[in-house]
This record gives sequence, structure tokens and C-alpha cells, in this order.
Amino acid sequence: MLDESVIERTLAAALRTGGDFAEVFVEDKRTSAAMLDDGRVEELSSGRDRGAGIRVVVGDTTGFAHTADLTPAGLSAAAEAAAAAARSGGGGVRQVALSRRTAPRPNQIEVMPETVGKGAKVDLLRRADETARAEGGAIRQVRARYGDSRRQILVANSDGLLAGDDQVRTLFVVSSVAFGDTGMQTGYESIGRTVGFELFDRYEVEDVARASARRAITKLAARPAPSGTLPVVIGPGGGGVLFHEACGHGLEKDLVDKGASVFKGRLGQQVASPLVTLVDDGTMAEEWGCFSIDDEGTPAQRNVLIEEGVLTDYMWDFLRSRKEGRPTSGNGRRQSYQHLPMVRMTNTYLLGGESDPADIVSSTESGVYVASLGGGQVNTASGDFVFGMTEAYLIEGGEITEPIREGNLIGNGPKVLAEIDAVGNDFAMGHPGTCGKDGQGVPVGDGVPTLRVKALTVGGTAA
Amino acid sequence: MTDLLDVADAVAALAHDGEQLEAYVERSRDTQVRVHDGGVEQLAVAESLGVGVRVVRDHRQGFAYCGTFDAGALGEAVAEARDNAAFAEPDDLAGLAKPDGVEPAALDLWRPGLAEVPTDRKVDLLLELERAVRAADGRISGFESCDYADVLGESAVVTTTGIRRATRATGCEIVAYPLATDGDETQLGFGFSVGRAFEELDLDATVREAVERSVRLLGATQPPSGRLTIVLDPWVTAQLVGVVAGTLSGEEVVKGRSLFAERVGEQVATPALTLLEDPTDVRAWGAATIDDEGLATRRVPLVDYGVLRGFVHSTWTARRSGTTSTGSAVRGGFKTTPSAGCRAARLLPGPTGPAELLAGVDDGVLVQDVSGLHSGVNAVSGDLSTGAQGLRIRGGELAEPLREFTIASTLQRLLHDVTAVGNDLTWLPMSAAGVTLVVGDVSISGA
Repeated sequence: MLDESVIERTLAAALRTGGDFAEVFVEDKRTSAAMLDDGRVEELSSGRDRGAGIRVVVGDTTGFAHTADLTPAGLSAAAEAAAAAARSGGGGVRQVALSRRTAPRPNQIEVMPETVGKGAKVDLLRRADETARAEGGAIRQVRARYGDSRRQILVANSDGLLAGDDQVRTLFVVSSVAFGDTGMQTGYESIGRTVGFELFDRYEVEDVARASARRAITKLAARPAPSGTLPVVIGPGGGGVLFHEACGHGLEKDLVDKGASVFKGRLGQQVASPLVTLVDDGTMAEEWGCFSIDDEGTPAQRNVLIEEGVLTDYMWDFLRSRKEGRPTSGNGRRQSYQHLPMVRMTNTYLLGGESDPADIVSSTESGVYVASLGGGQVNTASGDFVFGMTEAYLIEGGEITEPIREGNLIGNGPKVLAEIDAVGNDFAMGHPGTCGKDGQGVPVGDGVPTLRVKALTVGGTAA
Repeated sequence: MTDLLDVADAVAALAHDGEQLEAYVERSRDTQVRVHDGGVEQLAVAESLGVGVRVVRDHRQGFAYCGTFDAGALGEAVAEARDNAAFAEPDDLAGLAKPDGVEPAALDLWRPGLAEVPTDRKVDLLLELERAVRAADGRISGFESCDYADVLGESAVVTTTGIRRATRATGCEIVAYPLATDGDETQLGFGFSVGRAFEELDLDATVREAVERSVRLLGATQPPSGRLTIVLDPWVTAQLVGVVAGTLSGEEVVKGRSLFAERVGEQVATPALTLLEDPTDVRAWGAATIDDEGLATRRVPLVDYGVLRGFVHSTWTARRSGTTSTGSAVRGGFKTTPSAGCRAARLLPGPTGPAELLAGVDDGVLVQDVSGLHSGVNAVSGDLSTGAQGLRIRGGELAEPLREFTIASTLQRLLHDVTAVGNDLTWLPMSAAGVTLVVGDVSISGA
């Protein structure tokens, strides 16, 4: 992407007025998307964004600048701006000699999306629209979106690191609206992998469309969700957002260091039910949050965060690891070259247990079964978190019965982790997600087997 | 510095015969500062820019963008947008905005002085904010973040259909998220101040709010479930008004995804509610002279005394509805095509102050913040359920703090259940303004 001598000169310029550390992050990202709505292929869109972000660290201060101008002059101007921002005091000349580091690719790309004709992408949309509408006359509206991206990055820093990655993602989403006596309801389904167009050799868009339409139709018969604290069984796959919110964010070392996490100072302690072993794994081939290197040049890793209920480690970015002289964890990520990296999750999941999922439901006298979760949000300082249920049912007499309307569930992270009293043997990964933190979105994955929380507050309206 | 209209003109000049072309050009200069423990943790200065190109050809629309003003890249984007158009399905109503004779309001949204404020002054203000919040209460144990940000943003739209306009605005903010700690318990609050010029930032108010909102939550417990009157803080009301405004987007209406699509002229809310969209009000954070298709913004009545009056429209959604654009095209930046939406919605304030409204509630909850609005509110079905924290109201007085509960209703019901609107219109950095709102008979889920 850039000549090594240019990068070396840029790093030298960044450190010309002193500084403990400098980094150049170069990104070239191409996206393409096609959208169908209201029965018509509305629009295709393509884009390209290219630029470099440069940071300089002096003491505890990080200076940052970015530029879309990748000429030596443009890079040098950005390097000087970052150095000025770090308000460096001393002076001196530092030479940086780069050595290239390679990291294994989690998976190969078989069909680069850019080699696929636009007509083929549009056809997927039409097939999805037809299938969703064929699910019944109640389906009033269908929106389908195809999207792919190719993100080539290069990271170089004053420690001599030089590493790159070529990240490809392909996504397909269908949202349906069903109409009935009770008004309108929506259904959403998506598939996304860090693969190319071969995604559609493995998954049928018809299945995505049907799941979306059926979810909307099912909810037409939904009754108001209960209001109050109940046992909640979470189905396999889409329930991972529970852990993402209940403890994932709270285990990010930047928040821990600021005292903004209920998990601060709890390493080595029992923070969850012994049934809980939680892993964050950026190497998980093809999953939405996987990569070869993170956005600071660290190879992706599999990190066990909680083992049989005991907190074993936090997630780290490069500079925090470097400062404490400990191994990196590969969790330094950023939305684009215009952003500073932060500690972020990758693919976060709960390991499978031993219970038969059917037994988990049948041993629940009365509660809620959540088949599909939406997003969530957490206050890491207090540990309180919410997450939405987009497909859920009542459990009555140990059986899944009627569908209930959408709503949030609310709980407190440490409390909920301790109250997990059953974990199934049916582990599955969930939907591709985008995790937001401090204004930056990055792709993440999650997964869970069927599990039960003894008591969670369900935010419905039915007494 | 390059004039954005020159960039847009150059792109529009690449149009072929028989096609419409729109160049939407954006540029912003941003400064962001974060302090921690009395020192600067991060300081970023940057210029961001880009161009979005729409081509309409044979009634088909295509789009492409690029994050540079480089002539070669702009040429590629135009060619790509043109190629993309060939794969869309034809729509007789496709087409760009045309001049409609409405002149943009003369709004003063640009304070060039912001660019001249030395970085040191920004840092000093922020360090003072951090120090003052800590000093205000011994229970403040630290900060999740303490930030300053400013932006000088400009955009221009040029089309082959006769639109050629530019706009610009400045803005700055200070935001503190302090942590209040008592024993094992930590609560997070926030305080902020926004302005168009640096001098408008109100340090004292920010400190007061940040301290109050964090410290008063210490000792909060989960309330029992039940149905109660809730009083929404302006900050919370603004977020809900944003959700309601979203259902009044012409885009959702013409595609059959709005709760209110067929209800113009009906009583959809209590007579106490009057909602309007007015980007020509210079006090609004989202104030703008033109919309994102280059048409003049204007005041749009949405709900009058509870009766639905209409929707906000872009050029395309207006054509689909057999009406004219309300100057309400909005984009999420140069990387997206315009939709229809509100940028400066607000409720008409009522006659009563927040203290008096609170005094009139015998048994209720003051909601100071909500969470999970994106996951618990379905704007199509109207189901509404959000996490909340706040204070109990007993006999008209604020009592113990509450957390880990939800408030739930439906958008349809909530609009009818509003019993009073405060007189405390509050301008907030989002697409809707806030005001204290009293809502009767809302489901609280807790213990």
C-alpha cells in the first residue's frame, strides 16, 4: 500500500520533536451495496475511502491526526500535526527500522466480491423479496440489503513493527413487515461472514427471507410481554449479546483502568456461576469479528476471559500491554483510519455445557423463552445492562407457548452471571453485529448455547 | 482553502447528456480533546472530506462516494454511480430536487472565531471542568471520560437540475461522565454544554449537572413493578420525540412502515401535544438553511393540539405522496443517499415549570436517563420498552434513587397518556429539543 521507506520517514517525522511511540495506520476500504425496498431494486452504491491515521505518544498523552493524502508530503504533514498534538517537549532524531511481521489468516477468500457482477448481487435481492412475500398475504413490506467490503490495512510503529491485513466481509439482511388485526410487526434476519461471494454457496438467501417473514408473522399473534422478574431461557446462537453487555464491555481494560467497571480488581475471583466459561476469539474463522491482525498490528488471539466462573483476564490494547510488559491480547480496534484504536471485543461466546436444551425448558415452570435478541446497552460502572428481545415466547408449565411482543430486559452484570443455572450442549454462533463504543462501530460476533438465568427483569406491560 | 461549490461544480460538469447528476460535498475540521487525572490523554486534530454522487438515468438511480477531492477519484465515483444506475429498477418518480422558489432563511450558524481559539484554552477549560467536578463532591471518584470537541462543518450541493447551494455551521461541546463511588457501589452520571462559539460553553452548569446526575444515584435500588406516573427529564423527552419524529418520515409513510401513515387529520395524541419540525430556528442544534438535497429548510407542522397534520418529505417521498418537498432531506454524511427526516423537532412548551409539575405528582418516578432505546423500541409496531434510572417522587417531592427498571408502553398510547408539557424547552445536541413531560399510567418493571 505504501513504500516502506515512506513509512519509515513518516515515523521519523512523527518523532522528530521527541515522543515515546509513533504509529502509522493506513487503510484502503472499498464497499459495495445493493438495496431492495418496496418491491423494487432501489439503488446500488459503491464507495472508496483511503487514508492514514498517525498517533504519537508522549508520556501519558496521545496526539492523533489523519489524512486522506497518502503522498509523502501529506503523510509528513499529518505526522507533524500528531506530534504537535502530543505537545512533545524534548527533541532528537530517531531512526525506525521496520521488520515485517506476518500473522496467519483465519480463513481464505474464495470469490472476491469485486470480481462478481452487479447483476448477480441484484438477483439475490429479488429472490429474497419473492420468498418473503410468498410466506403469506400478511407480509406487507420487505427490505433486503446486500453489502460487501474489502478493507486493506497496514500498521507500522516505532517499535519496528510492520504488518498488514486484507479483510473481506459479505452481509445479507432481510427485514419484513407483517400486517394484521393487531397492527404491524417486524421480522429481521441476517447472515454475515468474513468471506467473499461464496457466502451464497453455503447459505440460501431464501432461508434468510423466510426466517425474517415468519418472525414478523409470528409476532402478529403476540400478546404483551410480562412485566416483572422471571426466569429467562435464552435460545442458542443469538443470545450472545447477553454476555457482550453483561460483562464483555466491563472486561475492556481501558474502562477497568478508569474505575468505570464493576469487574475492576476482581481478577482470580469467582464472578459468575461455575457453568460460565467465556471466550473472546478473534481467530474464529469466518466469524464476523475475526481478522488476521487487529488495528494495532497484533495478531488475533483466542483469550479465555472467564473460566468456570473465575475471572482470568481482561481484554487489552497494544499500548496498555506494552506499558505493563505483558502479552498482547489482540483487542485494539478502530472504526477507520480517522479514529484512534480502543479495547474492543471480537467474537465473544459462552462455551457449551452439558444440559439438554429441552430439559432446560421443561424444568422451567413459568418464564420467558427468548429465541432472538436485538441489541443492548450497558453502564459498565454500575453493571446495569439492557438487551432487546426480537422474538420471544412465554414458558408455561415447562412448555414454550405463546409469542410475546418486543421489549427490553434489564439486569445487573455480576448478578446475572451468578444466576445462570443451566447451560445447554447446543452451542451456536449468532448474527453478525456492530458494536458501538465511544462513537465508533466495529464488526463483532457472539454465540451461546441454550441457557437459563434464574431471574431477569422483563420490561413488558402485562401484569 | 478549496471552495466546496467549485468541487461540486467540477463533479456536476462530468454529467453526460440525458442524465441528472448531483454532487454532495462535505468537509469538516474537527478538534477533540480528552483529559484524565489532570493531564491531556488524547488530542486529535483532523480535516475530513468527501463527495457523494447520485446519477439518475432512464429513471434509475445509482450512487457512489469517495473520501477525497482528488480529481481522478471523483471521476471514478461518477463513472461508478452511472454504472450502478444501470442495475437499479426503473422508477418514474426517480429524480433530483429542482429549485422550488423558496429562499433559504438567513441563519447565523457560523462562528469563524471558533477556528482561532488556541488549543491551550480548550485544554484549560476541560482541565478546569475535571477539577471542578471532583472538588464539588468527595464522592466523585473519577471519570469515564471528560471531553471537548468542536467542528467547523461545511457542505455544498450542485445538481444538473439547477440546485447550487452551500451551507456551513460551527459547534463545540464539553461533556463529562463522572463516576460517583460509595463503598462498593459506583454510579455514572453526565453533564454537558454545547454552543456554536467557544464562549457559549457553560462550565458551571456542566459541573452542576454532572455532579448531581451521578451522586444522586448512589444507593439506588430496584423498584417493584407496577403502573405509575412518570416525569421525563428534557434529556429523555428529546430522545422519545426523536423516535416519534422518525415515524413521521415520508420515507416510512410511503413504504407502509409508519404507524401514522393513514391518520392525517385524526387525534393521535392528547390535545396538550403540539409537535413541529423547525430547522429555521437558530437555537436548534440541527438548525440549517438548506436540506441535504439543497432545498431551503422550512417550518413543518406535524401535530397540532394532538391532531396529526402531516409528514416531513424529501423530493422523492413528496412525489410519491403527491405533494411537494418540505425541505427535509437528510443524509448520514456523504456516504449515503438522502432520506426524509427531522433535524430540529420540538414540542410546543406548556405553561407550567418543571418544579410545579413535579409538585403535582403524588406517587411517581422522575426518569433521568434511559438506555436501550435502539433495542427496546420498535417504531413500526409501536412497542416501547427502555431501561431507566431516576428518582422516586413521593407527595410531590423527589425521594430515593431507583435503577435497574424499565418503563414500557406503546408509542400510540404514550402520546395519549401525556398529561402535561413543561415550559422548560431545552436545546440539546440531537435532532429534537427536550422539555419536561408528565405521562400517566406507565408500566414499570422491576423486582
